[in-house]
Order: sequence, then C-alpha cells, then structure tokens
Amino acid sequence: MPAVENLSLNPTRRGLLAGALAGGFVLAFRVPAGAQPESEPDQPADEPAGPFAPNAFIRIDPAGRTTLTMPQVEMGQGIYTAVAMILAEELDADFASVALEHAPPNDRLYANPTFGIQVTGNSNSVRAFWMPLRAAGAAARAMLVEAAATQWGVDPASCATASGEVVHAESGKRLAYGALVGAASALSPPADPPLKDPKDFRLVGKSLKRFDTPDKTNGKTVYGIDAMLPGMKIATVAHSPVVGGKVAHVDEAAAMAVPGVRRVVVLDDLVAVVGDHMWAAKTGLAALAVAWNDGPNASVSSQDVWTALREASAHEGAVAKSVGDADGMLKKGGAIEAAYEMPFLAHAPMEPLNCTVRLTPESCEIWIGTQVISRVQKTVADLVGLPQDKVVVHNHYIGGGFGRRLEPDMALTAARVAQAMIGETVKVVWTREEDIRHDVYRPVYRDTVAATLSKGKIAALKYKVTGSSIIARWLPPAFQKGIDIDAIDCAVDMPYDVPNFHVEYVRAEPQGVPTGFWRGVGPNNNVFAIESFMDELARKAGKDPVAFRRDMLDKEPRAKAALDLAAEKSGWGGALPRRAGRGVCVQPAFGSFIATVVEAEVDTSGEVRLRRVTCAVDTGIAVNPDTVVAQLEGGLIFGLTAALYGEITIRDGRVEQSNFNDYRMLRINEVPPIEVHVIASGAAPGGIGETGTTAGPPALRNAIYAATGIPLRRMPVDREVLAGKKEAWR
Amino acid sequence: MQDTFRLRINGEVHAVTVPPDMPLLWVLRDVIGLTGTKFGCGIAQCGACTVHVDGRPVRSCLLPTSAVGEQAVTTIEGIGETKEGARVQMAWLALEVIQCGYCQSGQIMSAAALLAQTPAPDDADIDAAMAGNICRCGTYLRIRAAIKLAASGDAA
Amino acid sequence: MMRSAVSWFERLGRTRQILAIAGAAALVVLLAAAAWLVGVPGAMDFADGRKVALADYPGADPTGVPAALAGAGLVERGEYLARAADCVVCHTGPGGVPYAGGFAFTLPFGTIYSTNITPDEETGIGQYTDAQFLAAVQRGVGRHGEGLYPAMPYTSYGYMTDADILAIKAYLLTLEPVRAPSPEARLAFPFNQRWLMHVWSAMFAPHKGFMPNAEKSAEWNRGAYLAEALAHCGECHTPRNLVFAIDNRAKFKGAVAAGWRAYNITQDRKTGIGDWSEADLLSYLSTGHAPGRGTASGPMGEAIDESFSLLAPEDRRALVAYVRSVPAKSSALPASLAPAAPASHRLGAETADALGKTLFEGACVSCHAWTGEGTLSPLATLTGARAVNDPSAINVVQAIVSGDHRAAAGGIISMPAFGGAYSDTEIAALANYVTARFGAAPSRVTEKDVASLRRQAGG
Ligand code: FES
Ligand code: FES
Repeated sequence: MPAVENLSLNPTRRGLLAGALAGGFVLAFRVPAGAQPESEPDQPADEPAGPFAPNAFIRIDPAGRTTLTMPQVEMGQGIYTAVAMILAEELDADFASVALEHAPPNDRLYANPTFGIQVTGNSNSVRAFWMPLRAAGAAARAMLVEAAATQWGVDPASCATASGEVVHAESGKRLAYGALVGAASALSPPADPPLKDPKDFRLVGKSLKRFDTPDKTNGKTVYGIDAMLPGMKIATVAHSPVVGGKVAHVDEAAAMAVPGVRRVVVLDDLVAVVGDHMWAAKTGLAALAVAWNDGPNASVSSQDVWTALREASAHEGAVAKSVGDADGMLKKGGAIEAAYEMPFLAHAPMEPLNCTVRLTPESCEIWIGTQVISRVQKTVADLVGLPQDKVVVHNHYIGGGFGRRLEPDMALTAARVAQAMIGETVKVVWTREEDIRHDVYRPVYRDTVAATLSKGKIAALKYKVTGSSIIARWLPPAFQKGIDIDAIDCAVDMPYDVPNFHVEYVRAEPQGVPTGFWRGVGPNNNVFAIESFMDELARKAGKDPVAFRRDMLDKEPRAKAALDLAAEKSGWGGALPRRAGRGVCVQPAFGSFIATVVEAEVDTSGEVRLRRVTCAVDTGIAVNPDTVVAQLEGGLIFGLTAALYGEITIRDGRVEQSNFNDYRMLRINEVPPIEVHVIASGAAPGGIGETGTTAGPPALRNAIYAATGIPLRRMPVDREVLAGKKEAWR
Repeated sequence: MQDTFRLRINGEVHAVTVPPDMPLLWVLRDVIGLTGTKFGCGIAQCGACTVHVDGRPVRSCLLPTSAVGEQAVTTIEGIGETKEGARVQMAWLALEVIQCGYCQSGQIMSAAALLAQTPAPDDADIDAAMAGNICRCGTYLRIRAAIKLAASGDAA
Repeated sequence: MMRSAVSWFERLGRTRQILAIAGAAALVVLLAAAAWLVGVPGAMDFADGRKVALADYPGADPTGVPAALAGAGLVERGEYLARAADCVVCHTGPGGVPYAGGFAFTLPFGTIYSTNITPDEETGIGQYTDAQFLAAVQRGVGRHGEGLYPAMPYTSYGYMTDADILAIKAYLLTLEPVRAPSPEARLAFPFNQRWLMHVWSAMFAPHKGFMPNAEKSAEWNRGAYLAEALAHCGECHTPRNLVFAIDNRAKFKGAVAAGWRAYNITQDRKTGIGDWSEADLLSYLSTGHAPGRGTASGPMGEAIDESFSLLAPEDRRALVAYVRSVPAKSSALPASLAPAAPASHRLGAETADALGKTLFEGACVSCHAWTGEGTLSPLATLTGARAVNDPSAINVVQAIVSGDHRAAAGGIISMPAFGGAYSDTEIAALANYVTARFGAAPSRVTEKDVASLRRQAGG
C-alpha cells in the first residue's frame, strides 16, 4: 500500500480523511486515545496539537472488497472479527467481502512517526473502536450513497443500502459499492452521519465466524516466531539470571565448536549464540557455560520481597477515594480486618518471546508480534540511533499476549544482538526457560481491609493496596499524585453501596524483580481481595454470600442482575457433597458486569478439584456473543490456573521456576464444565478479554472457604493449609 | 557431527544435513521452513510441537532426527489430507475452538491421531490423548466438544 | 512392603532422642559393643584366596592408571584417578564451580556439606601437606585433626595407595583456586561431636590398604581396586548396620542412600544383576542405559556421567568382571519384571486412585507412552527398569521430584523435575500409578513417604 501522502485527502472536523487510491476508496480515521473509562489508562493522551494522524483505514476496492487496516492486533481475542462486524454494520457492507489486516510489510503508514502509542490491551479494543468505527462506517456509507444518488439524479434520502449495494427502491436501480468507489473518493466525508439504531443491527450481536481461525487450523498463520527471511540466522539468548548482573566469563570456543553455530555475541548483561537453526543456537548456548557477576540483587529472595512489602503496607498511602468517614466509623470499634497477598506471576504465552531484526547502517526492519508496535519502533530507533521512520515494524499474529507483549524488551534484546551483525537478518527466539525467568511479572500485592457491619450491610470499608506501580514505569504521565490508576481499578469503583468508603494506595517496588501488566491487570488483585473479604464479612453478618452482596447492589442493577442469574443457573443453595462448596464473585471490571459461581471440592489431603463454573455477564452490546463466551471460558481457565498453581518465587536473586513442569498449567483433564450466560443489553460494549481471569480466583477461593471453612488469604491455593498440615496464613 | 537424512514429510522427501540428535522440530521449522509445527516448551510438556510419525502423535521437540528413519512424518500442513485431520479441522471451525491459535497445530495433530485410533472417543479417551497439550488461552472445553463433533461426522 | 521405603536413616532418626539422652560416653560404649557384636567383614573377604601385600602380588599391578596412561605425567594420572574416584560429584555444590564443595548431605540428624578441594589456600586444600591429604582421604582425619563424617567415603578410599592419592592431589592443585568456605555443618548432639568420628573410623574404617588376592586374575584384582578403592560402590550398594558401618555380609545387596535406592548388584538372577549380560553391564556403565533394563538416574546417573563413562574400556571390563564375582544374595524385590503395558489407557493394571492417572496423562505420557516404552527415546523406557518394579517406588518418586538433565553418551536425558509444582500427595499418587501400570507390584507410597524422601535427597 502506497504512502498516505499520495492521497488527496479531504479532512472533516470529525477527523476523517477520504481519498482515492488506485481506483479504490480510502477512508482514514483515528481511533482516539482515552476512548475508555477514565480509570483505565492503557492509551495515553493524543500528542498535543499534533497533525491529524489517522491510525485506521477503510479501503474499498473496485471489486467491492472492503479492508480495514488498524493498529490493534489479533492475539486470540477475536478482535479482527468483532471490529470488522462493527464496520460492516454501519457501512452495510457485504460481511463476506470484509477483511481485516494488520500492517502489511513495508506499509509506511505504520511507521508514521506521528502515531501515538498504539496498544492492544486492557480489554479495550472493542470499547475504543466502537464509536469511531461506527462513525467512519456511517460516513463511508453516506458518501457511497451520495455518489450513487448523484449518478442517478435522485435524493440521497430516497436511497437505501444493503449488503454492499446502494439501492433506489423507487426506480429499482442498484449499484455495488465497488462501482462507486471512484465517485465517492471525490466527496468530503459528512460531518455527522447518522448512526444505526441498535435494534436495526443485522451483524452486531450475532455469533459470526472469525476471520483468523481457518489458517490457524492448517499451520498457515504466520506468528512472529515463524518469520522466515532469506539468509536469516537464528539466535537464542541468556540474560543475566539476576537483574543487574553482568557476564563474568564465557567459553566461546566451546560454543563455536557446536555444528551450525556461527557467532557468539557477548554483551554486558546477556549472551546470544547465533546459528543456522535453533538447535545449534541452543546447544551452543549450553556449551558456553556462562559465569555471571550477579550484582546488587544477588541475594534477593521472595522472603525479602514480602518483608519489604509488609513494611511498606504499614505506611499511609495516597488517598484514591474517600466517601463519608470510614476511619471515624472504624475507630468506634468492632472492625473486622483482613490482609490479602498475591504472588508474582509469569505470563507464559504459548508463543515464546521472539523478534527478528535486520539492521543496516541506514535502516532497520523488525518482524514481531507485539501489542505495542510503535513502542517497539521507538525503543529500537533510540537504541540504534536511527530516526523512527527508518525503523519498519512488521506486526504478526500473536501466540498469546496476556500483557507480556505490552513490553518491547524482546525487540530491544534482538536489536542489540543485531548490532553485532550489521547487514544480516537474525531471529532471536527465547527458550521457554528464558521466557519464564525474564518476564515482567504480575506484581506481588498486599491489600489490607477493615470494615464494620451494621444491619447486615457494610457500614464502613477501608481498603489499602500496596504494590508496584506499573503505570509509573510504563506510562509515567498517567502516574499522578502517588496514585496508580490501574492498581486501584475495581477498588475505587467496586459495585457495592457502602456509605463510608476509603481507598488508599502505597507504591512499593520489589527489589530486583521487574513488574508488568498481566491479563486482568489491577482488578485481578482488587477483585480478589474485595470479593474474598465480602465472604468473610457475610459469614460475620450471618448471611448467605449471595444475599449479603445482593443487598448492597441496589445502585448497580446490572451487577445485581448478573448475580441473580449466576445464582439461579449455578443452583446456588442446592445440596452438595461433603467437602464441596460454591463460591461467588461479582465484579464491574473493564466495563462489563460479571457474576461467577465456582463449585469446587477439597479432599482431606488438600487437593482441590474444580467441579463446575457458572458465569453471567452483562457486557453491554455483545458484538460477537460467541467470542464473549470464548473469552470468558479462556479467561476463567487462565485465572483458575493462577489461583491453583501460579507463583513465581525468587531465590538468590533468581527466578526459581523455568518451564511448564514447575510453572504449571491447568490441563484439559482438570478443567470443569463452564457455562457462560450472556445477558441481553443495550449499553455500549464493555471489555471482555480479561474479565474471566479476574473472576476465577476469588470465586474459587470462596468455594474453598465454603467447602472447608478455611479463609485463604494468599494465592495460590496452599494445599498444605487445606490438608491441615499448616496454619492458614493471615 | 552432521549427517544427511532423507525425511518423508507430508509425502515429500526432504534431504537435510543436520546433527543426528537435532530434534525434528527444528528441522521442520528452521531447515525445511514448515513453521506450522510450533515450539512451546522444548521438554515434551506442552504438545505444541506434535507431529505424526507413522500415524503416532509424537513430540517433535525431543525426537532426534536420527530416530525418524524411513517413517512417514505428517505435520499440520499435511494433516488436512487425512480423513481424521480434515474432520478435526472442520469441527474446530464449526465450534470456533481457536483463540490465539498457537497451540492449535499440536491440538489438532493430537486430536486427529486420537480419532484414527479411537473413532468414537469418550471423555476419558479425550483426556488420555489430549492432556499433554497445553492451551494457555484455555480452549479446552471447545476442544473436547469439537473432538466429539468430529467423531460424529456432523461437522463435515 | 512399605517398611522398605523407610530407610535406615529414618530409623536412626527415630532413635535420635534416646541417643541424645544416652550421651556421648554411652554412645562410645554402644559403638564398641556394636562393633564386637557385629564384626564386619572386609570388602573383599567374600572371595576365597590368599591376600597378599601389593608388592607380593605376582601379576600386573592392580592399582594406578590403565596401560594407556602408564607413561603419562603425574597430573594426567591424577585426573584419571580423580574421575575414577568420582570426587567431583560430591565436591560440587548445585550450580557451583566443580570441586569447590558445598554439596549438602541431608541426614535425619542434620546437614553436612562437602568441602572445597580446589587449591585455594584458605578455604581449599592449598595448604595441605601430603601427609595431611593422605590422612583425610584414607582415614577421615581433617587437617586440624578433626574427624570427618563418613559421607566422605574413607572407608573405601582407605584402600587407595598413597601414590594414587597423591596423584589426585597433584591434579587438584592444578585447578583454578576458588574461594569458597564450606558452610558449617548443622548437626544435633551427639552427632556434632566430631571426636566421636575418630572412634568410629578406628572401629569401622580401619585403614588397612589394598591387598590383592593372589589366586585371582589381574583383571579381577584391577576390578576390585576400581570398585572398592576408587568407585566406592559399596558405599551405596551395600547396606549399613545400626552404627552406619558398611555391612559386607550383605555385600552389594542394595540399600538406600541419600534418599535413592541403590539396587542389588549381586549375581542374584531375580533381584540382582545375575541375568544381565556382560554387554548389558558395559552398556549401562558407559552410557547409563542398557536396552530393556532402564536408565541410570539420580546419583548413579551422575556416577556414570562423571566417572564410569570416562574410564578406559578395559577398566570398565575389569569392574564388571569383579562385580560379577560377588555372590548372589536375593533382596525383597519382585522376582520378575513386568512386561510392557497395553497401548490403551483403558487396559492394564492400575490403581483405584484417579489422581495418578490424571497426572500421568498430562505430564508423562508424551515421553513414556501408555506402554511404558519410550516414544521419543529408549532412554525414557520404563518397561523392565528396576525402579518401576520396586514396590517401594523410592527411585520413581525421586525421579519425579528432581528429574534428570544429562547429556549421556546414549543421548540426551531430559526428564523435567516436578517436585517444585506438584504436591507430595500428587507425587505419591503418580508414583503409585506408575508402579501399578509398569511394575510387577504396585507401590503404596503416601504423601509422608514423599516428604521424607525429598528430605533425604536434600530437597
Ligand atoms: S514444544 Fe514439544 S511439547 Fe512443548
Ligand atoms: S489457542 Fe492460544 S494457546 Fe491455545
């Protein structure tokens, strides 16, 4: 696709650009940052007063094929299909002729330096695209109608559209969009094209087949790790096992003796072996027998991290929300207190981290699957000292992101290796061990909560989160007044009506352990602590956990309806075998209201078996309901995996886990049936990709509480505690 | 030390010169360019690298190339040519099993091998054949349903 | 049957309080009494024939290095002998520099650490005189006169000649010196009374030197020297009595050491290695694997990799010749090994416990297959391995817990360690499933057994 400058563009005040391109029609528009609730910070503000920089394009060619090119990436969440549905809906395109693509190679549009940070994360793709894309679709449709009406000499208002055609009912004339692209390109986009009434939607709300899946059944889909370029070499890396450590000594000759090894790249804090194939690189790296100087974090252990976190948690935090007089109420006595702690977690996306780079003195090309394409571009440009537009990033399908690919570190590592081999193309593939041991981990959190009850309801609640601020590192301008808006997400806006409510945040960075966004982000922690505490309070109040919650949900009818439905569908209150229990969780995360009931059973040796999961969701308009269900199923399994098995521990500054044998995953023979009930709703779409992840752990924890009476306050589930071999931590 | 091996992959013979202990996975991906077979763990714990060797599902990440010999290798690129493979692929799409898709080459290979052995598998058979395949996106429930659909023949 | 899963360590652990009360003096009396009562025979006393002083042996000298190295320098000879004595395995901590010590021996009454034997002046052997070095290796007497714990196999090394030990010293002195003080032993009273070790070694490890058997071949005598003085096979494969002395009346009958079972290597056809061919034994010692017999792992795996596989072929043959002369003794193990299991998960002997199967089909079947015949490598074949036919399941548990990662001569062994993420209950269930499916008799390991085995192996 040629560069956008070649277009004759007609801007409008809505920020649409239209133009002609090779006989086709192009509509360029920008998906603005901040198109999401203010507590969710993933997209930064637009560059102030910058030139209009479109980051999404609709292209209709003379054959009528409609292509949407956009910066959001597909990593399994079904975004390409959902977004195409929204477009086709307002455009009235023939859905079968709509395709969606990420930047094709050499597409200079995607190297445009004026792009803001493009990011796919925080379950906001549909939320961010919903209105801009509808507006763009409607504008394009209006232009096509106008072109047809002009040609026929009729009033545009007398024309209708259906399935990729403009129809004039009176005369029976019809023209396919493809035939109108030339004329439409010459028009200016309308300022405020009318949008469809949701009741007229014919695509949105239907479970349509995804575009990206057929090629995923036959091996054709190309992920970043599959990039194959002429003359390409393959490398694998070892980073210093301790953050801040340096290479002390390597036996280069031993690696070079391995057949297929071409080069050993020894940098300050990492070593890479480059070979003809991964096997050479891997065996070469093993032969190197690297010795490290571990540096200042050499003796860090999990215990140190917890001690520091607990100390920090004793301090007062920055106040994120304060309603009524929680402190005053709590001082009157009778306060119920608890603390909850969450472990470090790795992302372990199925596709190990990788990045392919070709660096020359004048240019740099990158092949990668990333959630942050422009950040990759900028990071590498800064490293190699090239202007950003000389760094071309080819984005790929992503074999699992979960937040890990919101970081550009794999591109940085690859570019550093490439600096040692100018003019050559090198694909740097991390082993799974390297992936687990050099993650940016979901931070450890400690949450302290205190509450008083009155007449079976919460009268006052004080909640304090202590943990790393990912926002402060990842998006510094968004870290204001000591508050990390992600770290308190789903705490400040918890759904229950509590008259005296106070939330604080204490920033505490773990020594020697980098932290990052992890599927479910801040709400993971807060939903867990609040929903666990709700069950403990319900017990104190002598109420059923569902009834206790329900009585405080009057101001959130969507949450209440979800809770009622989940309770009904799960058979809440029905008889269960001994040592089995049901646990509930209600959450408002990511603009979707979800209630979840997990049924689990705990045997006398502390082993937990998942029996059944029931989930009711009001996500607003469910663009592609089957995708909503799939995301919840997958998200729940992701969260339950973490609750049962997930914990990264540190010893001598090193991560102890390494691969799926010791960083364990739920398998098909351990997952229970999961039922997801989607509630019909006319509200704007909410996010869905992360919601299951936040719902699983508290619901499971509460099921265990119901089954055993043991209130677990740390994750993951400690089976020794459940077996009675160890005191429950509190 | 390197040796030349003549591998029969998806009905085609490929001559490769590689170290004899080099796992088949890397020969497929990095030498021949068949990148549909995925690397996930390298220690036979995830199943992403599953291929068929004489019809048996095998983790190619730990299978030395020297152990392949004359046996026919089928990868995800070729599995659609088999009856079970084609059925599994159709059922996978019919039930929209896939999310990121990275594990799915391996899942489909394991499922196709299961159906070839056990045309009407029950839940225990599915567990026995599929529990070695991890899906980080959590598509397990649909995998189970799709295998049953493929077995019933209704997806075709 | 389960009693066999409980090692002598555990039994000793239970007597700990009694011993503590009885105190050191009482212990001396006890040891003496035990010694008189027990009267342990020497390592080579099983063989008929006249023992002679080394100088009087008419055949080729059974000590020293193989013929190919006869002309080599002192250091090169020392290197070979150090390998044959397998020093490196115990004198290297986890992930540490070879020979720098720090390897933990976990005992029920505490933990002791191997020492640094690099030439570092302060923390290694840099200042040892020859006499001091000999005293440590042959008699277990440290440089400052302290008694060494018999985790250092001086009972066996006592048979080594001075010349061979000093060759090893010469080799060690060529290593890069590493400053690495060995961690303090943590032992309960009375085991922390090092002087007691002098009493112990005087009684149970008398340093007599190697005496060839004049009526045996040179090969046999060379094998004896390798097995008894250097490779110290009996330290693990021969049971110990109540006072921790090697009980040669049950020579090579098998025992549990450091939480692993060292199997019966006598000529018993059913429970020993009587029906192993010479080729089987040579293959096992040189590659860690013999077809249909299983794969060495744990401490034996390390011994193969660091020692046996590196010996001259004639030395391995001599070892085999000697070991095959040790009389048969049967142990309490199933007399016949189970054949391969059926290919279907539905068939075959199994346990009622569903957990074991759930775990096996998830984490294990990809390599070991439902049949037990390794899918990816013969090294992963369980069928015919003694470990899965041992109803104590000790080594099965250990292999699951700690895995094995070795580049053996027969291929790469890559068994992941599951001990970090799987509970004792799960590991017990899995071990019971594996022995039921692939072994001659199912194990009944409990989570407590697993916890105890983890401790013994230092985990
Ligand atoms: S890559 Fe082979 S099983 Fe995971
Ligand atoms: S679909 Fe993403 S790992 Fe299975």
